[in-house]
Amino acid sequence: MNIKEKERIQAAFKEKMDYDELMNCTRCGFCLPACPTYIETNYDEVHSPRGRIAIMKGLVDGAIEPSEEVKESIDLCLGCRACETVCPSGVKFGQLLEQARDAIYQINEQSIFEKALRGTFFNHIFPKQERIVGLTSLLGFYQRSGIQKLARTTGILHLFPKNMYGMEKVLPEVPKRKQLKSRPTHLSALKPQKKKVAFFSGCLMDTVFMKTNDATMKLLQYAGCDIVIPKTQGCCGALHGHSGEVAQAREMAKRNIEAFEAAEADYIITNAGGCGAFLVDYDHLLKDEPEWKERADAFARKIKDVTSILIELDFHKENLQLPRQIVTYQDSCHLKNGQKTFMEPRRLLESITDVDYIEMKDANRCCGSAGIYNLVQSEMSMQILDHKMEQAKQTKAKTIVTANPGCLLQMKLGIEREGLSGEMTAVHIVDLLLEAYEMAHPEKLSG
Amino acid sequence: MTMFTDELKLKIQDIVGKENVVTDNASLLAYSYDATARYQAMPDAMVAPRTTLEVASVVELCNTYHIPIVPRGSGTNLCAGTTPTQGGIVLTFKHMNKILEIDEENLTMTVQAGVYTKDIFEAAQEVGLFYPPDPGSMHISQIGGNISENSGGLRGLKYGVTRDYVLGLEVVLPNGEIIETGGKLAKDVAGYDLTRLYVGSEGTLGVITKAILKLIPPPETKKTMLALYHNLEAAAETVSAIIANRIIPATLEFLDQATVEVVEDFAKIGLPTEAKAILLIEQDGAAEVVDRDMEKIEQLCRKNHAFDVQLARDAKHAEQLATARRTALSALSRLKPTTILEDATVPRSEIANMVKSISEIADKYGVTICTFGHAGDGNLHPTCLTDARNEKEITLVMQAFEEIFERAIALGGTITGEHGVGMMKQPYLHLKTGTAGLDVMKSIKQAIDPNHIMNPGKMIVMAETSKGAVTP
Repeated sequence: MNIKEKERIQAAFKEKMDYDELMNCTRCGFCLPACPTYIETNYDEVHSPRGRIAIMKGLVDGAIEPSEEVKESIDLCLGCRACETVCPSGVKFGQLLEQARDAIYQINEQSIFEKALRGTFFNHIFPKQERIVGLTSLLGFYQRSGIQKLARTTGILHLFPKNMYGMEKVLPEVPKRKQLKSRPTHLSALKPQKKKVAFFSGCLMDTVFMKTNDATMKLLQYAGCDIVIPKTQGCCGALHGHSGEVAQAREMAKRNIEAFEAAEADYIITNAGGCGAFLVDYDHLLKDEPEWKERADAFARKIKDVTSILIELDFHKENLQLPRQIVTYQDSCHLKNGQKTFMEPRRLLESITDVDYIEMKDANRCCGSAGIYNLVQSEMSMQILDHKMEQAKQTKAKTIVTANPGCLLQMKLGIEREGLSGEMTAVHIVDLLLEAYEMAHPEKLSG
Repeated sequence: MTMFTDELKLKIQDIVGKENVVTDNASLLAYSYDATARYQAMPDAMVAPRTTLEVASVVELCNTYHIPIVPRGSGTNLCAGTTPTQGGIVLTFKHMNKILEIDEENLTMTVQAGVYTKDIFEAAQEVGLFYPPDPGSMHISQIGGNISENSGGLRGLKYGVTRDYVLGLEVVLPNGEIIETGGKLAKDVAGYDLTRLYVGSEGTLGVITKAILKLIPPPETKKTMLALYHNLEAAAETVSAIIANRIIPATLEFLDQATVEVVEDFAKIGLPTEAKAILLIEQDGAAEVVDRDMEKIEQLCRKNHAFDVQLARDAKHAEQLATARRTALSALSRLKPTTILEDATVPRSEIANMVKSISEIADKYGVTICTFGHAGDGNLHPTCLTDARNEKEITLVMQAFEEIFERAIALGGTITGEHGVGMMKQPYLHLKTGTAGLDVMKSIKQAIDPNHIMNPGKMIVMAETSKGAVTP
């Protein structure tokens, strides 16, 4: 790191960090046992929430200079926010992390790979849904055309970073371009209507995971919801916000707020923990823009995870049935720590006939997916994943249930790495619930 | 003290391995503090030895070169006891964290210094035994730190503190020699009681590397109760009344309204925020004794003007209440940027007088002091809510605390019940020990650590003074 860059980073920290929030940390250390990277680094204070806050404060105070090690400490954080739930002082660590990454990445030189990845993803693909559709179609072409087979056999994929190679294997088979382009905008309840909801379809969820989105909407219909799917919505901006691309995230937030205001729904439903936690923080994201603050607040209050509304509408009291099996659940960090939704998925799974729900040890600890973390911090991510899989295997579960696409892919990758593809599967909770509902109600399958 | 040179770094690397000597600026910052507000200073290196022999070699080397050593557990102490105010190396125990043995015949557990307190409690529980000391930070604190600070906790009243459960120690002396004190023995009067000397020595006399702990049979049952009051004094008087009636509860905790409010805000377990003060009372033991005691305690609470007395619904609720109490200090920081707490302790008969004095002193200096603590053993935690950036107010806070210490001593008490002296209470130590007492302590330090390398500047000030590392 050269002197000029150090100076720029230091200045950015002074400008961007919320100093009062930094002062809220009393350094009591209660966060340490909750932090996955603290544990995985054999209790290294540098990779703990308390250590990271001290480093952020040290940069603002001028007690230390920016360095590679400082950057590594901030980079290695998963952003899982498990520390927030155990912090008696109520420090909003997720927000501090975003500010710190904003300060580093608006100006920092990254590796060529990371830079290209970030540039392409953040500025050109995610803000434009039609580009995601395009890219997904390309992926579909790749999967269907035989190139996938060719690529796999020639080993050309080994030229990519290791985890991208692994990821390629576990991506679901994506829908055709035509399907991707003709998405519904309104769906009616399939029983007497109880709620009017708007569905936040998400960028990846509505393309690569389109089937899961369809299942979500179907469940909502079965549970008695009229659904509006605003056409002008787009990516939530979470990946940008978490990675220091805050300005871009703000623009995306505004577009979504506008898109959903017209829907006038009781709730805005999400099925991706990562998106949901970011959406409920829109008020914080736009706190410095007075003309948006109130609108963002109203938007954030309406956000609800699909599992949460299903419980509210007593869906767990419906007849649900699956072939006999053991099922376990991996928390989505942002669903649990960001939206405080963790009992709902468990209650839903426990209510399925012939399902033996076994809680996995440390189910609330991050799986190491964490947005694009598993691509840019692959070594730590895989270390965390391997420990996660040990716990998953202990439950003897046939199915690992998740509530976020990132976690889903990561668990699929874990199964692949363990060589368990025949015995174990990973699914999104809505896909499993729809299967359970339809198995118990065969008469409804025709639709 | 000499400079920490590259040559020295290489020598230490030769002992503990390259990866266990860290000197980058992010790491040094991460080991520059503990849980004490307003104290921070950079060490020269963080060193993580893997064995007692490696500790001994590192200490010997540092003794030769006069390099300060600060042994550090998880850095949760509240007296700036592990802030490296004179630089040097911070010694951590991440590789020395094994439970070595549970001896079910002698009811002992042998552990390395880096084992977490909670793990000791749980390992004992697994074989049907009980390790009672439960400091507030037991989920993350290490036993080496607990022993060095002689940590207390919520069960201190009935079960005593860490000191009462340490039977023997392995210690690396400042000259690098290794000694073993005590043993798996109920009785042992062979010479000075070095075990007791090292418990609570705050890392100033050597490095504790191993401990033999005493375990006891667990109590059969436990009941938990909350008593609610309209004023602080009535709650404090109840405490004295319970003890005077010869009941020793397992836990007898006091929380004022401000503390209850912030704890509830965090824990959300339905604490009664309308009360001006509450007592959290636990009794354990044989079922019939527990029932009889709790009944008597309830009567005493009501007699002393408790407006409500509530029993915990079940074991889970009881655990929630105790856990919530442990978060009190950190939760208080939600109200103001800086929390400075003390742990003045008085004979338990004086608890009502002390509570009253604290509110008077807070009023006198116009500072906000919330009070909670282990009322049953006279150990209160008056906590001042302030802002380290406001120098004027900090001066007033310090004056108020000085007066609180003087008042505690006048009531027959002490300046610190369980947090230790460290940097924070050094200026007041003489109030408790007197000059002659302080001189004895200095002679002990001089005899064992003539070069003043062990946690220098803590507890007692020897010839060299600290670099004045206090930063806001």
